[in-house]
Amino acid sequence: MYQYNPVDQQLIDQRVTEFRDQTRRFLGGELTDEQFRPLRLMNGLYLQRHAPMLRVAIPYGLLSSAQLHKLAQISRDYDRGYGHFTTRQNIQFNWPELERVPDLLGELAEVQMHAIQTSGNCIRNVTSDPLAGVAADEIEDPRPWCEIIRQWATLHPEFAYLPRKFKIAVTGASHDRAATQLHDIGLEVVQGESGQSGFRVRVGGGLGRTPVVAEPLREFLDQRDLLSYCEAILRVYNRYGRRDNKYKSRIKILVRTMGIEAFRERVEREWAQIRDGELRLSEARISEMKSHFAAPEYQFFSGEALLEVERRLMADVDFGRWQRQNVLAHRQPGYSIVVVSLKKTGVAPGDLTADQMDAVAELAARYSFGQLRTTHDQNLVLADVPQTGLYALWQALSALGLATPNIGTLTDLICCPGLDFCSLANARSIPLAADIAERFDSLDFLYDLGEIQLKLSGCMNGCGHHTVGHIGILGVDKKGEEWYQITLGGRADNQAALGQRIGPSLPLDRVVDAVDDILQVYLQAREEQERLIDTVARIGVEPFKERVYAHH
Amino acid sequence: MLIIKGADVTEDEWTRLPEGQAPTDDSAEQPLLVGLADWLLHRDVLLARAGRLGVLLCGEDEVERLIPDLDHLQLIAVSFPVFTDGRGYSQARLLRDRFNYAGELRAVGEVLPDQADLMSKVGIDSFSISDSVDSRRFFGLAG
Ligand code: SF4
Repeated sequence: MYQYNPVDQQLIDQRVTEFRDQTRRFLGGELTDEQFRPLRLMNGLYLQRHAPMLRVAIPYGLLSSAQLHKLAQISRDYDRGYGHFTTRQNIQFNWPELERVPDLLGELAEVQMHAIQTSGNCIRNVTSDPLAGVAADEIEDPRPWCEIIRQWATLHPEFAYLPRKFKIAVTGASHDRAATQLHDIGLEVVQGESGQSGFRVRVGGGLGRTPVVAEPLREFLDQRDLLSYCEAILRVYNRYGRRDNKYKSRIKILVRTMGIEAFRERVEREWAQIRDGELRLSEARISEMKSHFAAPEYQFFSGEALLEVERRLMADVDFGRWQRQNVLAHRQPGYSIVVVSLKKTGVAPGDLTADQMDAVAELAARYSFGQLRTTHDQNLVLADVPQTGLYALWQALSALGLATPNIGTLTDLICCPGLDFCSLANARSIPLAADIAERFDSLDFLYDLGEIQLKLSGCMNGCGHHTVGHIGILGVDKKGEEWYQITLGGRADNQAALGQRIGPSLPLDRVVDAVDDILQVYLQAREEQERLIDTVARIGVEPFKERVYAHH
Repeated sequence: MLIIKGADVTEDEWTRLPEGQAPTDDSAEQPLLVGLADWLLHRDVLLARAGRLGVLLCGEDEVERLIPDLDHLQLIAVSFPVFTDGRGYSQARLLRDRFNYAGELRAVGEVLPDQADLMSKVGIDSFSISDSVDSRRFFGLAG
């Protein structure tokens, strides 16, 4: 894991001092709302409906046990005893008091954390594959590249006031678990013709009001050119992106208006000017960065020790079920990847209490080299668990309510905070998620349904990524009432696609039934091992639409 | 308007040529700040003047158009109509780092102390601030 050097530390310490001063000036009336707003947003702070909301960056989702302990303490001391993990691998606190936010940021800085650039029109936290470094299908660990990007983007003087927010995601595996095609820049590690690895660069993806799947910008980018190429893209965007209408300010609109060809030409022209400049990455820099993410010191386990795990699996049905659903194959023999489910029925997806945080931090220290990851699907991952520890870990997680064996199923759904916490919402999302989890709580039914990604947003800003849910649900406002629009066939993986509407929106009390209708149509129509998403691709949305709207 | 440059605070001595107006040589000694379009239009007349010359860039302006003239300019003013409009950062960066402009590079518009550090990092070395802004907060940044 990357450790701050004195320069990094100084940078965030200074930021805390600066923000303390800005907050003081705002509270003292020296700064207007308008002037304070971009400053606080640059530091992750929203002021909204119920209370401020502070979003803390978890760079590419990687956390140490010490950091999670600190987040636990902060949620106790500054909030109401819990935190909320987001789809961008960050954590949000919903109730801090404005006056105390500078202190809170000071505490974060003690464990090399901050809230810089988690909101506002700047380059946001870089996201990545939660299975980085351990996935079997990995070409190259994306984390050193993420960290290189993070350092370049943090407090970049030229790009602090972009037309709009800017998100970058990196994947190093053949299966895209970072939704890179739905980011302003999506980077995918690929193997070049002569065997060296580089990046395929995509641009202009994003959700929100105008969801767009990113377009390929460059098929192969030499690794050493990563930053100069990103800088070229950002500079073109900063100069020519629209600023007169915030709904037309994302880079996707610029790419669409110029056309990808013309956009590419501009970027390449800009890049030609800076390619050989100071942003070019040296071999030394790259290998130094890679050394921060070296594999931990794995142990060797005897066949006998591993047999014991097998015996447990046979003997304990619940353990076996959890192991099948929430434990993934690791590339190191004797080790497993454990997904900690934050999707227990009755709990808002992504929420974790302070006590749970402390407990998970301890489990990570005991079983996974003191590190863990947050995921795009709002779960946690312990990436390096020795199989000999699986049973004890499962018991501990069960006791904490974090072992619901539903990873990848319908109830492992993504959901934004919605009307309960967000001032932009049209409709509630958490209670609807709870209704869905409650209705479909039979594990056998869930397993029979197989992999389904249900995603729910409380408004068209799409923080719950509904557009790319296999089943997407979007809250809309209909004459002051909460209605919901359902889409089918969206996906965020390598074949990224936007979901298709199945028909007019539905009132709250019909949504869960509609989901049931969709599942029934799928169960009747599916062929062999076909997943819902594949069935939708094969038969289209019509049959689903017919069933859902048949009663009316 | 006050101008801050290094440790100095001064009154603005530059006169702005109103947009679309042809320059006269009445006040030939007076430093004159001209919009890019007018500069391109009246370049020869302006260059014949004795006084110092500056160009005011707005966000849409292509800084590249100034490349041939950089040696004749003592001032380039980059505008920030609101401080969240960040196009000026790229313009400044290009002028300084790519086109090696060596004269004064001034931020005008909504110029506040909270952005002064970023601005000096892209090469801006003077700040035009309104009287209500605390000038002391700018010191020690650029020089
Ligand atoms: S999708 Fe809308 S309601 Fe949900 S968190 Fe985002 S802005 Fe708020």
